[in-house]
Amino acid sequence: MFTFIVRRLLQTIPVLIGVTILVFSLMHLIPGDPAQIMAGESAPGHQVEAIRDRLGLNEPLPVQYGKYVANLMQGDLGTSIRNSKSVAGEIGSRFWVTVELAVYSTILSIFLGLIAGIVSAVRQYSFADISLMIIALFGLSMPNFWLGLMLMQWFAIGIDVPSWIPFIESTNWFKPSGWGSFSQVVLPVITLGTSGAAIIARMTRSSLLEVISEDYIRTARAKGAKERVVIYRHALKNALIPVVTVVGLQFGGLLGGTVLTETVFAINGMGSLIIDNIQARDFPIVQGTILVVSLLFVFVNLIVDISYHFLNKRIDLND
Amino acid sequence: MNVQTDNDAMKVKKKQHPRAEAFKNFMYRFRKNKAALIGGILILSFIVIAIVGPFFTPYTFDEQEMTNKLASPSAENWFGTDHFGRDIFSRVIHGMKITLYIGFFSVILGGTVGVFLGIISGYYGRKVDAIIMRCMDVLLAFPGILLALAIVSVLGGSLNNVVIAVAVFSVPVFARIVRSSTLEVKNLEYIDAIKALGASDGRIISKHILPNVMSPLIVQATLNIATAILAASGLSFLGLGADQPTPEWGLMLSDGRNYLFKAPHVAFFPGVAIVCVVLAFNILGDGLRDALDPKMKL
Repeated sequence: MFTFIVRRLLQTIPVLIGVTILVFSLMHLIPGDPAQIMAGESAPGHQVEAIRDRLGLNEPLPVQYGKYVANLMQGDLGTSIRNSKSVAGEIGSRFWVTVELAVYSTILSIFLGLIAGIVSAVRQYSFADISLMIIALFGLSMPNFWLGLMLMQWFAIGIDVPSWIPFIESTNWFKPSGWGSFSQVVLPVITLGTSGAAIIARMTRSSLLEVISEDYIRTARAKGAKERVVIYRHALKNALIPVVTVVGLQFGGLLGGTVLTETVFAINGMGSLIIDNIQARDFPIVQGTILVVSLLFVFVNLIVDISYHFLNKRIDLND
Repeated sequence: MNVQTDNDAMKVKKKQHPRAEAFKNFMYRFRKNKAALIGGILILSFIVIAIVGPFFTPYTFDEQEMTNKLASPSAENWFGTDHFGRDIFSRVIHGMKITLYIGFFSVILGGTVGVFLGIISGYYGRKVDAIIMRCMDVLLAFPGILLALAIVSVLGGSLNNVVIAVAVFSVPVFARIVRSSTLEVKNLEYIDAIKALGASDGRIISKHILPNVMSPLIVQATLNIATAILAASGLSFLGLGADQPTPEWGLMLSDGRNYLFKAPHVAFFPGVAIVCVVLAFNILGDGLRDALDPKMKL
């Protein structure tokens, strides 16, 4: 196990180097002069030159990259062009908001996904199975920002429901923006967690169905074990192994999805920080935030990979 | 004896070309799979709507009627009107073309690059494989839409840049799938036999490896169109895609955001349209996977 963890950590190093190269290159791939673009088209020459000096754009690329990595090692992600504040400081205040949003949504998607997946698999081809899988397909096909807007309309704003829609009333139980209180957290978490729940439900169903048809399950049944014991003690343990990988990948998807959810619900997280600063052309903040989110994703995948190998005893850990 | 030989020759002639036979098999399995058939019919009808629909809409997509702003759905305006008094139904129909364009072109672009890299990587192996796959790992280290955001932030927001951005983040998915299929096929005995007969690498790749990786590729491409449409509409929603007055559904949703209370229908209908198209591609993808590649999960 220890050898595997060390090997997996070593494998992460080239990925991390690649990520830093790509994020570093972003500013240099901008068509035209990045300093001019950041300063604004009508900015005077000395202002453009000042930005160029500050970002070290006059130096050769390898030197710039070397300095960029050296600064990263010390936790320095650069300074904002607009307000000269430290990028790390700007991200720091929003980091936990995005992490909280992603973690809560992951918990919700695991909870809903596992229940739906297990019910579907245990009652294959029943009404419940078909309905749940149709709902999952819809969940997968819905843009989360649209779902967010719809939830906001129905449960936060309290719109006037058109007379042709019967039995339904709109409410203002929850708050349409911000982050912190329970009434602010519910809608964004549902918005972000729905597609993940759909994917986990489908994966759990197919994985459980595969395991249920295996010989050892037949043996357990032949021994007279109760169906509940067969499913929860014997089948689910093995069926959940591939689901763990999906959950890990989902977390990455959710991190990306936070950009849209935070925009819809006006949440001050890392996602909205990226969007605000893309529009303001403040590239150091865009670069820094994208780097932090990606590193978080790589880190989560590393943990998922290790836990996958830990759970799946059939895989030779040294392989 | 001669007669017998002629008959055999006739039989060989009558026997279908293997590729025609494979296509016939595919069509048979496709028709038998209800989900794939429903998805296919839905997508075909969306393509027809995209081509023919704009000729039959009651209004053009940019026709403004300032006296009829934010009107609720009615007999004149089936989906109501937006804040410029534009007919939302006409805009949704005109937007179908744009959505399908983004979906198809980003997957064609990303798929072509991904397939090329995947085959080269799987076929030549060793250093080439290591370099290409490490690059793909780096691209996969960025959560989906974030990579697209990074690219659009560099290239600037426009419809074509959205296509490029979405294509780039689908490259590693295609490359990985094609690489693993190529590795499987490459080690089969008949490939060794063809090599021994002196076939060039180009011929082996185009005639023998590529047709064998088609099944997982078609399934992935279909599912990726759905993802591409969602991602592209997300970018437009964020103001980084299509410009006004383009009837792009993500952009229309973004407009509707400001009138959630006053005119809820403005954000409702473009969203329903996105769900319908994405759902159709997901149903087709699921069906194709069951028909073509039952081993694949999800």
